[in-house]
Amino acid sequence: MDAATISSWMREIDVAVRAERDHLVQLDAAIGDGDHGTNMTRGFEAVVRALDADAGLPPGKLLMLAGRTLVSTVGGASGPLWGSALRNGGRVLGDQPTFDGRQLVEVLAAALAAVKDLGTAAPGDKTMVDSLEPAVETLRARLEAGSSLDRAMADAAAAAEAGMRATIPMQARKGRASYLGERSVGHQDPGATSTVLIVRALQKAVGQGS
Amino acid sequence: MAVTTNQMRKFLNDPANLVRESLAGLAAAHPDLVRYDAAAQIIVRKDAPVRDKVALISGGGSGHEPLHGGFVGLGMLDAACPGEVFTSPVPAQMLAATKAVDAGAGVVHIVKNYTGDVLNFKLAAEDAADEGIKVTSVVIDDDVAVQDSLYTAGRRGVGATVLAEKIAGAAAESGADLARVTDTVKRVNERSRSFGVALSSCVPPAAGKAIFELPEGQIELGIGIHGEPGRRRAALGTAGEVVDVMVEAVLSDLKATKGAKVLAFVNGMGGTPLLELYLIYGEVEKRLRAAGLEPVRNLVGSYITSLEMAGASLTVLELDEELTKFWDAPVHTPALRWGV
Repeated sequence: MDAATISSWMREIDVAVRAERDHLVQLDAAIGDGDHGTNMTRGFEAVVRALDADAGLPPGKLLMLAGRTLVSTVGGASGPLWGSALRNGGRVLGDQPTFDGRQLVEVLAAALAAVKDLGTAAPGDKTMVDSLEPAVETLRARLEAGSSLDRAMADAAAAAEAGMRATIPMQARKGRASYLGERSVGHQDPGATSTVLIVRALQKAVGQGS
Repeated sequence: MAVTTNQMRKFLNDPANLVRESLAGLAAAHPDLVRYDAAAQIIVRKDAPVRDKVALISGGGSGHEPLHGGFVGLGMLDAACPGEVFTSPVPAQMLAATKAVDAGAGVVHIVKNYTGDVLNFKLAAEDAADEGIKVTSVVIDDDVAVQDSLYTAGRRGVGATVLAEKIAGAAAESGADLARVTDTVKRVNERSRSFGVALSSCVPPAAGKAIFELPEGQIELGIGIHGEPGRRRAALGTAGEVVDVMVEAVLSDLKATKGAKVLAFVNGMGGTPLLELYLIYGEVEKRLRAAGLEPVRNLVGSYITSLEMAGASLTVLELDEELTKFWDAPVHTPALRWGV
């Protein structure tokens, strides 16, 4: 995998969040203030523009550029959280031009660590962590067990989706949804939902490379 | 981009430009007080940086006007950073604002306690520190409706934000140093408690429809300022009955000293007429006196709103001599003006 994989990933996210914009807004209206879809769309549109302008960077630097772009355009909590995630993930790759499955795991693990550190969310808080952590752990476990990258990514995406659905009965302990207390129960978390889009986009991008 | 006005009873051109066009209009209406830096997306006090004065900035999502842009001027904020509607501004805005107002005496960031605001201001403060500017940050978390615990994102910053910006703004104007101005913000926050109720949700332009539907005859109790549902829904009684709930929620948490002098701030959420706000104030004042408190100052009006939400919030601040003096001090901003 290389810079083209990362570029592909970001473009697939852009397509996905735009397609799901209204759904994300609707989820966020139920337990928030209805801006998640709009924010993510704005951010990843800007990421694609930034990538178009800076095409020659190695994969790690592309991720860092994407992260910085998200911080400066998304606003809300998602900007700093996904921004730090991608910047931290990008740092893992340094300047190297290619990376393998094992390194992809480290990128995602670093991204997850940044989110948990900045947002202080833990699994069960009804946030993006509830999708992202299962995805990272599943990817790592499958690769260590000898799965192909495609197979491992498919399982990781499925784990992210399961995590997203698992947020439905949770009571939110972080973010705007936490103000609703018990009223947040029974609603799927918008952050966990957009995370699934991001993981599925990665699955597509990784699949295109092979 | 076509405007679908079915559910959106709004005045706007392209919804994507709503915030920018409104800010330009604010600056056009008050050219003696503020300027709008469209590139940096900030509202700045016309005479900033003010020599030798500690500067104050704040910011947050748009949709709460006049908070914060309407509070930029003498005796209050030096700059405001407006995000998209209900969306936190980005660090670059706060960094630009900090640099525009810093006169060398330091800058205080007043941050409402919402995850997005806290994170974006945190990143900005780090950037400002990297550039050698002395920045302190105070988080406002006066809303009693949310329990502050490990199991929530903490209490929301609501009405006390307005009071803190005014009182600390006066402190800065009086020549207080960074530590004292910062402490003044903290003191206002610690001595204030708020509780809000709503009779409707609101329609953010990007969502295109109301965030939640409230049937007639029902009231949302314990609301925030982003149109989200409250803690619970109840049958709507008389104003007196509603105010009973609001005052009880605030005073039981504030635990003010018997006989304390207080400031009572009855705030409109944007969609409730002044006619009703004053009625509410009368009910509030009766109950504060009955509780043994002395309401010596007040503020009634729509100052920290949630677009067109029908509703009201109550903030009670336990005053001391200095806070009272700073409240009374002159202020000249688009939304608040006295003593000048």
